[in-house]
Amino acid sequence: MSLTPDDVRRLAHLARIDVAAGETDAVLEGLNRVLGLVEEIRRIDTKGIEPMSHAVDPHVPNGQRLRPDQAKEPDRRDAYQAVAPAVQEGLYLVPKVIE
Amino acid sequence: MLNSTLLELSALLAAKKVSSVELTRACLERIGRLNRELNAFITFDEERAIAAARRADERRSKGGAGPLTGIPIAHKDIFCTTGLRTTCGSRMLENYTSPYDAHVVDELERAGMPLVGKCNMDEFAMGSSNESSYFGPARNPWNRDLVPGGSSGGSAAAVAARMVPVATGTDTGGSIRQPASFSGVSGIKPTYGVCSRYGMVAFASSLDQAGVLGKSAADLALVLSAMAGFDERDSTSLDRPKEDYARFLDNDIKGLRIGLPKQYFVDGVDPDVRARVEEAVRWYQSQGATRVEVDLPNAALGVPVYYVIAPAEASSNLSRFDGVRYGHRAKDYTDLVDLYCRTRAEGFGPEVKRRILIGTYVLSHGYYDAYYLQAQKVRRLIARDFTQAFERCDVLMGPVAPTTAFAVGARSGDPVQMYLGDVFTVPTSLAGLPCLSIPCGFDRKGLPVGLQLMGSYFSEASLLGIAHRYQQVTDWHLRVPTETPL
Repeated sequence: MSLTPDDVRRLAHLARIDVAAGETDAVLEGLNRVLGLVEEIRRIDTKGIEPMSHAVDPHVPNGQRLRPDQAKEPDRRDAYQAVAPAVQEGLYLVPKVIE
Repeated sequence: MLNSTLLELSALLAAKKVSSVELTRACLERIGRLNRELNAFITFDEERAIAAARRADERRSKGGAGPLTGIPIAHKDIFCTTGLRTTCGSRMLENYTSPYDAHVVDELERAGMPLVGKCNMDEFAMGSSNESSYFGPARNPWNRDLVPGGSSGGSAAAVAARMVPVATGTDTGGSIRQPASFSGVSGIKPTYGVCSRYGMVAFASSLDQAGVLGKSAADLALVLSAMAGFDERDSTSLDRPKEDYARFLDNDIKGLRIGLPKQYFVDGVDPDVRARVEEAVRWYQSQGATRVEVDLPNAALGVPVYYVIAPAEASSNLSRFDGVRYGHRAKDYTDLVDLYCRTRAEGFGPEVKRRILIGTYVLSHGYYDAYYLQAQKVRRLIARDFTQAFERCDVLMGPVAPTTAFAVGARSGDPVQMYLGDVFTVPTSLAGLPCLSIPCGFDRKGLPVGLQLMGSYFSEASLLGIAHRYQQVTDWHLRVPTETPL
């Protein structure tokens, strides 16, 4: 199946990426080319096959390791906020959300 | 000196015939001379590198040196480094300097390797040609009109042009092996989970794996031994004992069973590529190895499965780039959603946007089962093919890519044409298997051809040994590109 310009606008909104009106056609064509490539897998019979979510799950039958829920990392808030576009008094600044 | 192996450099350093400062200066001088044309480095820092080399020399004089102490290295610009920006090839992170180091960076720093700079790459590692980099494509040292491969293209070009003896890379669907093949160097992608992903900017987390590009398999073994190992900060890091990956370098290959997947020797493969690979296999046979044809019936589904799973994971991982906590932020916006949408429209290039949109689609309501879940099921079928194949052979061999390096611009207009070039690397990525690419000759245009060695889980040391035996009797891996003579 092929996507429509409306689909592109919906996906762009879900992905939070502005797609300018003039770009929609080119984006649409690219997406449809890729979807045409991956379409083939839908025809494969996978009845009874477990999804493989971890690259070595044949070797790690118990799945991914969990760690105890304890805070171990030191507080480095200042270092992390130093790379943010806008902070004030230890808080990240964003446009006003609630009127 | 710049064409020496790591063992040779290590011996020179130990014998005090050269200092780390001299060696590092020689690399920096060559980077300064060649980088304008090759664009292999996004960032390099002479002062920092020389300071690290001085520390390595001091450590050696006090008797605390290991085999890698004092040997310069470059990191793919996907590994976070404090004090040196980490761009991931993107405008989004153009001015980002990480507050922490990647685990791999820490380990190699602990080994005493001075960091000379950060290598060019496809944006967020999404690409097979290095052309999606915001900083422009790196160029192939064998012919500057050609791509070096990708996504670790800068690392491959830097090693090929002898700007640095060894460099790190990452491989999600072939991003170490394919540039190694295109640029005439050796490269290893270990088993998924062997190297920590902590501090490695995430693309597709169930596939991303760090590795090494260098001149020879023996060099790769040394560096991999230093950078691999358990790290509790990566939940997929495997808790296994530390390994010496050089321990099987001198293993005999007599009796080795080489499997040749029939899906890797098909009509679409360039005849020169196929001929070089078959010549290498015949050499192994002449040393007492046997060959057996194996069937990987689902391998051809690797590309479609990969281009569902990788974009799906990317769309989720890259949602963190929102213009709030780090990275680019748009100048003008009306509200929070507008801030996100404009920031991401400006910060990401077209290929990254395409993959995020594809990923968003295959994860969206009504399509998740048909695409993403189905891809994960077919992924298991592909992995099973390999498990069955390894019941009949010890190693699989084949080409790394259907062609040698192509021209800059030749495939950038058509994503599907670019993706199809990954046909021989994505199946093992999906299965999580270790693989190696080593130079095995040249095509009619004088471009390097890579031989791919694929092993069962955790067989890195054996694979490196198999490659090393070949490199003891061939010198493809020591050839210096004609356009960048020493």
